[in-house]
Amino acid sequence: MEDLLAARLQMALSLGFHIIFACIGMTMPVLMAYSEWRWLRTGRQEYLDLAKAWSRGVALFFAVGAVSGTVLSFELGLLFPGFMRHAGAIIGMPFSWEGTAFFVEAIALGVFLYGWDRLNKWVHWASGVVVGISGVLSGIFGVSANAWMNSPVGFTWQNGRAENIDPVAAMFNDAWLSQALHMTLAAFVATAFAVAGVHALLLLKNPQNRFHRQAVRIALSFGAVTALLQPLSGDFSAKDVAERQPAKLAALEGLYQTSQPADLIVGGIPNDKEERVDYAIHIPGALSYLAHGDFDAEVTGLDQFAKENRPPVLITHVAFQIMVAIGMLLALAGLLFLLFSWRWQHLLSHKRWLLFIGLLTPLGFLAVEAGWTVTEVGRQPWIIYNVMRTKDAVSPMPGLQYSLYTIVAVYLLLTFLLVWLMQRQVATVQKFYPSARNPND
Amino acid sequence: MLLTIIFILGVSFILYTVLGGADFGAGIVETFAGKRGEKTISKALAPVWEANHVWLILAIVILFTGFPLVYAAISTALHIPLMVVLIGIILRGSFFTFRHYDIGEEGSHTYYTAVFKVSSFITPFFLGITLGAMILGRISLEITGTFYEQYIWPWLNGFCVVMGVFSTVLFGYIASVFLIGETVHSPERYRYIRLSKRFLVGTFVMGIVVFVVAEFEDHPLFYEFFSSWPSLAAFAGVVLLIPLVFYLVNHPQAVYLRLAIGAQVGLIMVGWFAIQYPILVYERQGNHLTFYNTQAPEATLYQLLIALFVGLLLVIPCFFFLYKVFKPAEANENATTQ
Ligand code: HDD
Ligand code: HEM
Ligand code: HEM
Repeated sequence: MEDLLAARLQMALSLGFHIIFACIGMTMPVLMAYSEWRWLRTGRQEYLDLAKAWSRGVALFFAVGAVSGTVLSFELGLLFPGFMRHAGAIIGMPFSWEGTAFFVEAIALGVFLYGWDRLNKWVHWASGVVVGISGVLSGIFGVSANAWMNSPVGFTWQNGRAENIDPVAAMFNDAWLSQALHMTLAAFVATAFAVAGVHALLLLKNPQNRFHRQAVRIALSFGAVTALLQPLSGDFSAKDVAERQPAKLAALEGLYQTSQPADLIVGGIPNDKEERVDYAIHIPGALSYLAHGDFDAEVTGLDQFAKENRPPVLITHVAFQIMVAIGMLLALAGLLFLLFSWRWQHLLSHKRWLLFIGLLTPLGFLAVEAGWTVTEVGRQPWIIYNVMRTKDAVSPMPGLQYSLYTIVAVYLLLTFLLVWLMQRQVATVQKFYPSARNPND
Repeated sequence: MLLTIIFILGVSFILYTVLGGADFGAGIVETFAGKRGEKTISKALAPVWEANHVWLILAIVILFTGFPLVYAAISTALHIPLMVVLIGIILRGSFFTFRHYDIGEEGSHTYYTAVFKVSSFITPFFLGITLGAMILGRISLEITGTFYEQYIWPWLNGFCVVMGVFSTVLFGYIASVFLIGETVHSPERYRYIRLSKRFLVGTFVMGIVVFVVAEFEDHPLFYEFFSSWPSLAAFAGVVLLIPLVFYLVNHPQAVYLRLAIGAQVGLIMVGWFAIQYPILVYERQGNHLTFYNTQAPEATLYQLLIALFVGLLLVIPCFFFLYKVFKPAEANENATTQ
């Protein structure tokens, strides 16, 4: 395997792995703290049990999230030293703030997980809130570093090196707001729907179970609100991309020819040879509106870019379609949930509804992975947009594929074990938590 | 400003050696401490291991923000040992947590424990190798030689291997002393005391071996050590602390013992920094990478400093809170009543 390809795959795999734990780490503390708060207010056992049961799972995920993050901080250098040599001084700032946020998070989590019996209840609850806040902040800082790769500012590039570095400008680059907003929402959507889905499937088996019923309700409340906001934030992101990275926009939409007005190309398979998208549905003028807020606006196509500066269209377009389709489906599920909770509460325990929610379990995370694929592959061939190419940043060491194989093996093992362990945790829920037992058991 | 950052980098490195060392070392000590030790260790580590490891992340972030050239150079030349360190960190952290959280069942437990122990040996060993390679001066910034000369020879040699063993033994010493404080009046406690004595002897012997092997590998460590007053003073401190440590072993309050061992390890590190300063990486052709020729621009250092200060203001009280909530005495009661 070519070294560059190996490095890219390893980076993608490690980040794709880390992001799952990062999403869980941002969202679960909020769900746990919410559940504990309900318990403090109502004194109902199932809320306390839920917070405790969730926290056992979170401890597992958090540990793997922390080690996978540590891996990343080394891998940026191990795989792309050419990038870090120049970018370190520019984007170090969000990373140093991210470090600060982790630190607080790791400590507060230690207090939350092991302090159930040792602390005043409200202090304990507050430690959960701190975990949630610092988790979201670390996510935002991490994404800000990535946003800078899409929208590099805060330096001038002279004689192959960065001069006049302004780390504050670099951190608050043009892309950070749209990306941070979209990412934070995505973390909540993905995690909340996954949690709701798992508990919904368990509820199908034990329809009377209060523990799982509350779990589905809490998770879906968070999931529904964020899923409805997500398409709005996605639209904001798309307009932003149209401004700052027209080649990425063209690739994710599959727009080969510059057009005015431009059709929205839904689905289909991009065909690079013929420069068109086969089997797609065209919606006239819609892309002009989505990209620039005007049905008659011109949208730049890939024909404006030299071949060697175009991102891979197939992957970017397909990933984008997957993300948007899932986003629409989850927003619909969220809308239904809100409607049912308002008017037709009996439907919330209907078998078909629970099955539907159960089937959605993995979709949010799939959308997260697809979304990052859009951002990262859509930036190619650049590692720093319009400044440095990925191939100029990769490590000069030959044989990078062996690093890749090792990491693949380790992550496969961990994934397998985590799935197995979670299954064991779920299987014992009834033993440990009174409210999870069925009345007729 | 640069000096403050160097200071914080040094401190976080020392803290990682002490706290992370106690953490890694616990996995090493467990090999000699039987079933009972496993329980004590699990209990003692679980609430704090993540916080302990954040010091490593802090050091890395300071390095790539403040001294990006050093970070890029190390991660290119020492790709292989660093990869091993990483795999060790992943496996160790995950398997420790799996073991702690998985419900009962002996079968899987044995595997978790095995992976946890093996990676507790491998990681400090390769960390030591990496440090050794930074000192030894075989790293080349230009790609001139074969794969072997470029990516293996700089770290696979007598000196680095000895440094690896030294780190492993040192971590074992730190951990066994820390664990004394986790137990009261039991044969277990005496076992840790005995172990810590052995590891201390081991650390001294390995320390001497490091110096001797350095001579064979043409690295004049003896000469540098004896011509540096701060190093000599630090060394004297390390030796003088030994009786104090062994007096404190029987003190009911584990905190003093821990502070003493922390000071001891801190002094070893200070002695070493004093020899090195201001060089971070010795280069084959003599183009050593120092704090001064690799530092990031002023603006970056300034922002880094702000982040570090705010961070420390937030983190230090949190840390005290964490250690207060989980103070060793309580851990003792639980460990002995089980
Ligand atoms: C649950 C996950 C999820 C869902 C349902 C959506 N997205 Fe998304 N999307 C992400 C998760 C995500 C992400 C993983 O979080 C990304 C990757 C980088 C980023 O900032 O967010 C992303 C990136 C991303 C980008 C590229 C941003 C950039 O490169 O700066 C665009 C244009 C959109 N999204 C648009 C949408 C639209 C129009 C959606 C319609 C429903 C949508 N997303 C749903
Ligand atoms: C966590 C979610 C993320 C995922 C799933 C992800 C995914 C990917 C993928 C698929 C690639 C390969 C692209 C290609 O080469 O075609 C890549 C490359 C890369 N990503 Fe990300 N990424 C994520 C976040 C980030 C963040 C936050 C950063 C940095 C701050 C980052 C830095 C990089 C770098 C340096 C590369 C290698 C160079 C390149 O291919 O452009 N990524 N990532
Ligand atoms: C989209 C990108 C990213 C997001 C949203 C993100 C978010 C997070 C979050 C929320 C955590 C807290 C731990 C947890 O909850 O499991 C975390 C941990 C971590 N992340 Fe990331 N991160 C991203 C990318 C990166 C990158 C590119 C790096 C490397 C430079 C990195 C380094 C780390 C480290 C070192 C930790 C462990 C800290 C600890 O808990 O000890 N992250 N990340």
